[in-house]
Amino acid sequence: MSFRNQFARLRRIFFADPPHRFAWASLLLAIVVAIAPTQDLFNEWRHYQREYLKLVGGRADAAALQRRFEGGIHQIWIPEQHVVDRCTTCHVALNEPTLADVRQQPFQPHPAMPHALNEFGCVICHHGQGAATTVEEAHYSTKAWEQPILPARYLESSCGQCHMDLLEGTPQLNLGRHLLARYGCAHCHAITQPDGTLITPVDEPPSLEHIAEKTTREWIYAWVKDPQAYAVSSTMPNFRFDDQQAADIAAFLIAQSTASENSQLAAASHAASLAPGTDIPQQSASLYGTLFCSSCHAIQNAAGNLVGGDLAPELTRVGNKVDPEWLRRWLSRPQGYDPKTRMPRFRFDEKQIALLSSFLLSKKDEDFPANVHLPAADAQSAARGKKLVADYGCAACHRINGVSPPENFAPDLSRIGSKPLFQVGFPHGMPETLPDYISGKIHDPRAFGPALKMPKFSLTEPQIEALTTALLAQTDRAVTMPPELVRVSPHPKYNPGGEAGRLMEDLRCLSCHTINSNGGDMAPDLTWEGSAVQRAWLLDFMRNPNTLRPALIRRMPKFNLSEDEDKIISDYILSAYQAPGFDSRALDTHTLNADAAARGKELFYSRYVCQSCHIADYKKDKGYVGPALAGVGNRLTPVWIYRWLKNPQALLPGTQMPNPGLSDNEARDLTAFLMTLKAHENGGKK
Amino acid sequence: MKSFGTHLVCVLLLLSGCSQRKSADQTPQAAQPLQAKATGAQIVEVSGGKQVNGVGATLQDPVVVQVNGADGNAVAGALVSLHGDGLRLEPYQGVSDASGQVSVAVQLGSTPGNYRIVAETPKTGGGTATVEIREIALGYEQKLGRDVNDKYCIRCHDQESTPERVSNFDNLSPAPHAFSDGAFLNQLSDADLIKVITHGGPALGKSLATPAFGNTLSLAQIKAVVAYIRAIADPPYNAVPLKH
Repeated sequence: MSFRNQFARLRRIFFADPPHRFAWASLLLAIVVAIAPTQDLFNEWRHYQREYLKLVGGRADAAALQRRFEGGIHQIWIPEQHVVDRCTTCHVALNEPTLADVRQQPFQPHPAMPHALNEFGCVICHHGQGAATTVEEAHYSTKAWEQPILPARYLESSCGQCHMDLLEGTPQLNLGRHLLARYGCAHCHAITQPDGTLITPVDEPPSLEHIAEKTTREWIYAWVKDPQAYAVSSTMPNFRFDDQQAADIAAFLIAQSTASENSQLAAASHAASLAPGTDIPQQSASLYGTLFCSSCHAIQNAAGNLVGGDLAPELTRVGNKVDPEWLRRWLSRPQGYDPKTRMPRFRFDEKQIALLSSFLLSKKDEDFPANVHLPAADAQSAARGKKLVADYGCAACHRINGVSPPENFAPDLSRIGSKPLFQVGFPHGMPETLPDYISGKIHDPRAFGPALKMPKFSLTEPQIEALTTALLAQTDRAVTMPPELVRVSPHPKYNPGGEAGRLMEDLRCLSCHTINSNGGDMAPDLTWEGSAVQRAWLLDFMRNPNTLRPALIRRMPKFNLSEDEDKIISDYILSAYQAPGFDSRALDTHTLNADAAARGKELFYSRYVCQSCHIADYKKDKGYVGPALAGVGNRLTPVWIYRWLKNPQALLPGTQMPNPGLSDNEARDLTAFLMTLKAHENGGKK
Repeated sequence: MKSFGTHLVCVLLLLSGCSQRKSADQTPQAAQPLQAKATGAQIVEVSGGKQVNGVGATLQDPVVVQVNGADGNAVAGALVSLHGDGLRLEPYQGVSDASGQVSVAVQLGSTPGNYRIVAETPKTGGGTATVEIREIALGYEQKLGRDVNDKYCIRCHDQESTPERVSNFDNLSPAPHAFSDGAFLNQLSDADLIKVITHGGPALGKSLATPAFGNTLSLAQIKAVVAYIRAIADPPYNAVPLKH
């Protein structure tokens, strides 16, 4: 049958006469009109709400759950935060804790969270499209909406939109922000946080202004080609320079180098200070150990593990790098080479310097800059090197003669968390999402184009995840948050003054200690140290630091202070670093008698079992979580002990010591007992 | 009758345009058929079970399973397939290597709780050998609890704390219970755990060596520790849902 015939037949059936035609036209109209309501009837959210009722219908508390359920579109509307979230239309049970055992989405209740659902809605934390009512549009990237749901592992980034302070519940975000400052991201990228503060770098890349004194052209060549080949823990990124580029940069850096202040310093000859016949390797290694250089510096051991701190450069192959003469001058006066270094000026004597440098120079790897034979440097090579140094922004981190720090060198990352994806050219095979873009960029920047300048950093996966989290917090929404929601942590600048201030600058106390919210976090906070310790103990400790915590590997190095220096600094600490309310009226010391001490001993051992964590008597106690207390009667003031026992967190926020909830009398008796503990602190040996 | 059929088709066509629901689950791309060269008698877990990490995170260590023959020796070339609800397994299918093992990277799902990986291999002579592996995903509250645990609890309650965060476990008598000790801790109600953390060991007639943390930690922090203890309990803790 031909098509024409069939058409004629259909016409005969449907449109034979006007009533027929009218009937058909009406039916067609009715169907067209019915499309929209039918579509609505088959909506996904209706389906999920029916499923939900089916799900709760079989439960013991069905009646209560059904009573609390309301059909229809649900919406959380918070105008000042630009929130219009309809997620609860399908996620109907977010606030039903009794459904905790349900593992079927979208019906799981929300796990415990720090904010109420109706105060913040859903998309501020989870991203996605709040106003959508279909699974696809709400959760995934579509043509109209490219911000999909934020993967759970980056969820802490959402907290960072308002919270600039360190939250206990967001370790990943805190780490990420620390790394942005620590790994020098902020040297090249401007990153303004939503509260308007700029992330400032906390690393101190060394000055290269006098580098020719310190090392050789060959070492620089090997280093810029692969920094991690020299020191695995180095934070210097790899720029993937080829041989010629590396040689040019080395030539330029040597050519630009000028004489440092230290070059005037006469360094005693190595041999003269060491008596012949002494066991130099053994002595020097033990000096490195007893000076506690490893509190800050690490050295790889035979098994390949790093032993030591990460505050200062790794020294595994330092013998391959440094000039012996430079090293001896550096050890006697680091600031003379680099005024901004964090290394303290230890008051080493000639013999110590000789021993230490012999130890450090022995730390070398004969294979390290293997087969580096550079042709003699010429002016053209140095000129090419200077261009490379300028092009790759080396001066953004390092001080270099004749090259000024570049401005706006790399893209501003203040809004990276809302970067439109259409601006990104994704490499083949990478999922096209913002978190994948950011982590991919940190992982291997040149994957996005071989001509890009960003170097490759040696970061671990958790570090990349943390950095991505911190960067994802830099959203457009964060800027529009009502100011009363923004939580900022104040960060006042502090530098001690006077003669003691000059000494503390010389000793770089703030590299490790925090005072008045400034400084490093490796060593105890000294803000109220003057109220805590006794003068005689402090004077002795400054000259002979011994460890209070037997289990700690790191400790304060010995600075070889003179008696005068010791007095200046100790008296400054005792008078300047006082806590409020620590006067003679805070505790009546006459009540600290033998009877009280006996009661205190009973409380210490039998009631509060303090020996679980502390040592009061080296012969029988074994607790070593907290500091040893065997000599605490010589170390701490009675008022400090009393106030500490009453509320440790008030004196040192975040201390691990639990507040035992003592009565005034118990605290006094314990104080009396602790003041009787006057053993020598180093294991009872005199 | 024929015309009715035509009408019906028209109406169905119209209606089919109304429904928009799409399947949201992303089915993995069709696997390359893997060639199994051998079969084993049983499959066992080698490592990677009971790892704890945040929701959505990739586990630190891969899950490794091993196919063994009836003689107990490893079987190379056996087909192993793995699946787990809510987990992303890479790869989810493999052929055992020379030491009979298959190693799989695991990314946890986005909801807190226990996840179950089932690894299967065809048995010699028909049937399937399976092994179940448990992984633990921590939500916000449990992660908060883990941080409190790492700061205040771990030194006494975890024998394995690292050298710099020394374990105090061996100093104590009676020995503390590890927080994963489900056999003991699952018997205690949430209220009991909160009580013993808040008021110390004597609150449940236990050792004085557990100090009272009620003055140091907030109730929210204590509840977070309990949530963490429940999450890592081994055997798993099964809370009975509260009845209204």
